[in-house]
Amino acid sequence: MGSKVTFEVFRFDSETEESSYQDFEMEYEDEWVILDGLNYIKGFIDGSLSHRWSCRMGVCGSCGMIVNGYPTLTCSTFIRDYLPGPIRVEPLTNFKVERDLIVNLDDFLRKLQQISPWIVRDEERAIEHGEYLQTPAELATFKQFTLCINCMLCYSACPVVSHELNFIGPAVLTLGHRYNLDSRDQGADMRLDEMLSSDGIWSCTFVGECSQVCPKHVDPAGAIQQSKVSGVMAYFKSFVMSSGSRE
Amino acid sequence: MRAAIAAAEVDPDLDVAVVSKVYPMRSHTVAAEGGMAGVVKDNDSFENHIYDTISGSDWLADQDAVEEFVKEAPGELIQLEHWGCPWSREPDGRISVRPFGGMQIERTWYAADKTGFHVLHSLFQTSLKYNNITRYDEWFAAELLVGDGRCQGVVAIEQRTGEVHGIVGGATIMCTGGGGQVFKFTTNASIKTGDGMALAYRAGVALKDMEFVQYHPTGLLGSGILITEATRGEGGVLLNKDGQRYLQDHDLGEPLDVTDPEHPQTRTMELGPRDRLSQAFIREEEAGNVLVGPQGSYVHLDIRHLGEEVIDTRLPFVRELARNYAGVDPVHEMIPVRPVVHYMMGGIDTGIDAATSLPGLYAAGECACVSINGANRLGSNSLTELLVFGLRAGHNAAGFALKHEISDKGALEAQVVTVKKRIASFMDKGHGGDERIAVLKNEMAETMEEGVGIFRQEGSMRRTCDRLGELRARFENVKLDDTVLRHNTELRAALELDFLLDVAQSVAFSAIARQESRGSHQRTDFPARNDERYLKHSLAYRTDGEPQIEYGDVTITRWPPADRVYGN
Ligand SMILES: Cc1cc2nc3c(=O)[nH]c(=O)nc-3n(C[C@H](O)[C@H](O)[C@H](O)COP(=O)(O)OP(=O)(O)OC[C@H]3O[C@@H](n4cnc5c(N)ncnc54)[C@H](O)[C@@H]3O)c2cc1C
Ligand code: SF4
Ligand code: FES
Repeated sequence: MGSKVTFEVFRFDSETEESSYQDFEMEYEDEWVILDGLNYIKGFIDGSLSHRWSCRMGVCGSCGMIVNGYPTLTCSTFIRDYLPGPIRVEPLTNFKVERDLIVNLDDFLRKLQQISPWIVRDEERAIEHGEYLQTPAELATFKQFTLCINCMLCYSACPVVSHELNFIGPAVLTLGHRYNLDSRDQGADMRLDEMLSSDGIWSCTFVGECSQVCPKHVDPAGAIQQSKVSGVMAYFKSFVMSSGSRE
Repeated sequence: MRAAIAAAEVDPDLDVAVVSKVYPMRSHTVAAEGGMAGVVKDNDSFENHIYDTISGSDWLADQDAVEEFVKEAPGELIQLEHWGCPWSREPDGRISVRPFGGMQIERTWYAADKTGFHVLHSLFQTSLKYNNITRYDEWFAAELLVGDGRCQGVVAIEQRTGEVHGIVGGATIMCTGGGGQVFKFTTNASIKTGDGMALAYRAGVALKDMEFVQYHPTGLLGSGILITEATRGEGGVLLNKDGQRYLQDHDLGEPLDVTDPEHPQTRTMELGPRDRLSQAFIREEEAGNVLVGPQGSYVHLDIRHLGEEVIDTRLPFVRELARNYAGVDPVHEMIPVRPVVHYMMGGIDTGIDAATSLPGLYAAGECACVSINGANRLGSNSLTELLVFGLRAGHNAAGFALKHEISDKGALEAQVVTVKKRIASFMDKGHGGDERIAVLKNEMAETMEEGVGIFRQEGSMRRTCDRLGELRARFENVKLDDTVLRHNTELRAALELDFLLDVAQSVAFSAIARQESRGSHQRTDFPARNDERYLKHSLAYRTDGEPQIEYGDVTITRWPPADRVYGN
């Protein structure tokens, strides 16, 4: 224990619908992340502070918040990098706040299901026939897009999400693209229907904020850009085929 | 997730509920790094994997269970491949495998060093395609519903609203994970509070082999974040303060130079089993051979010789974690590590069919104890166990549910009311005294580390048992600051602490009762294994006072107990 720091924490009481900022001053240790500060507050100063967390190693995706105005994974960022403070901690923007630092994720889960994030096959391969072969090069085409931890930072950063509520959004579009690229999958046509809809990739104005904030370097903006290209190709293909059938 | 999919596939008319206190993709499986064992390569055989697992368990595993586990493992791993898991591959497109501690042949499937992450997300995303799976995300199970002498669901708190509901079902499967949070320095997430173990324990089911707690030899100094065994599978070495590969002094074989093409050798040196490596650390510490810093004592894990390219393709997460949380870049620097509480071999007493002694209640995964892990689990067997026994639990529970209607509804409803009352009294401003959850939890974790750490003996274990009794009494005086119903995370922490105390007591009392040393349970006052008395599973039953410890038989089929020999 040594130096002191102040957290200005957003509080939201869902029963009275009142919000405020509350200051907490505490002694911190050099190796503390922002989340440690919040846990200290909850454990020893005010047990009513509500926030989500679990793994404390940047992989479960629970602890995304806005820290000093920027979407941040709070278990992976250190208090020492925000000194002298005060450090302002708020819930993720572009989501409805349920309480204090906890936001509502229903929309995200709905959108995720909508994109069919699973392997689609015309015919399932029998287990006895072993694995699908997939070369390291084939794996490399989509590997990066599998790394999303669903932390929601990109939704918070995205200017399109902020005014188009139904926009499928960066992480889900990236997952759709991930399955489309997987050599084992045959469901791209179905997924592209969703991805090319009015709430899909064309809504993206390519601001690239999502890729900037992504703590896992998933590059959702890149994925969306790539699927725009394949979307155009699919469009031309269907155009050629349908005009071909007219002849 | 595996159990839910299995149950959903049995009959599309079955209504499968997945209840989880966090969104399912946050479950701690997400943190598993190294990989999953299953025999697939031509140079390997079921016999080998069975033998490794049984000798790794110090002969406490049930051999019939291990045999079935090993045989069903490859099919489950392939199933996961078909569901999209991005396994690392050989140039010809086949699955790639890596060596792991205690395994004589490389058979660990991996997805770089984020295996658990990919396994969990593949399963979760696949589960979304089943219309008969309904999720109850962020619902906290507080009690099992028992009526007509069988389990018929759970009482759960919908955290978003704070409301208490009964979720009834013909059969119930516990997949609630381990309870590493009873210790302080652990790789386990905050959610790993042994809830399912405590729930079953309270419903009269025994907790089996709870004294066996696995310390992983390489936890990152300070935070306890896991540095996967895959670092050593890829050739990483452990060095003491003199830069010496000290494991050679602890009966783990002779080292080969890191440039030798035969390095690392399986079942030798750094690829010995976890219990032995963690014990070697303590011996080195006693001899004054470890490094000491402000965050405690440690040794070095050196992977520099692997080079940046190998590290970035096979161990990218290790690099990220070491840089982020310890400020060292393993490409250029050594990683400071020490043993850390990692896994519970013990758990809810289940049979090979994943059923418990309470009809209608099944368990699978880390919360269950079949047992295939015995006194020491081998790394990369656990993720496979989730699949093999998750599948069995799903099938068998579905079969049971199809045959049993909900009955004794009055009793079930009464239970919901009781839980409601209990929670309301907790939240009552007048409740209790002035004990804080965080304080009690810290004290519990400290006494566990003192009494039932890597080496144990009667006196300190007795003190731990007594302390736990005091903490149990003090728990009655817990005071909540938070009296709001919605997302009351403090109430959840209190209920979790209640469960943790049960788990802690079952560990400490099972440990003091076992007067021998076996696998991860090492007693300085009884340093030898005693097969005559203790080739037995311990069974802890809950009482109003101290747990009652009984013993059950271990199934031995073809592999009679022998010495555990490591080092070629
Ligand atoms: C850092 C780390 C690395 C590991 N690496 C490996 C590895 O490489 N290979 C390997 O084989 N094993 C590894 N293990 C072990 C393995 O990951 C775990 O044993 C396994 O993932 C446990 O899975 P589970 O499904 O039993 O539990 P979990 O994944 O922990 O899931 C438990 C679920 O139960 C829910 N739950 C719990 N209590 C309640 C309640 N009261 N109400 C409602 N829901 C509840 C939780 O919300 C969660 O969804 C590792 C473990 C750790 C900690
Ligand atoms: S794409 Fe990146 S920022 Fe967005 S949810 Fe996934 S991990 Fe988080
Ligand atoms: S707590 Fe899991 S990502 Fe931060």
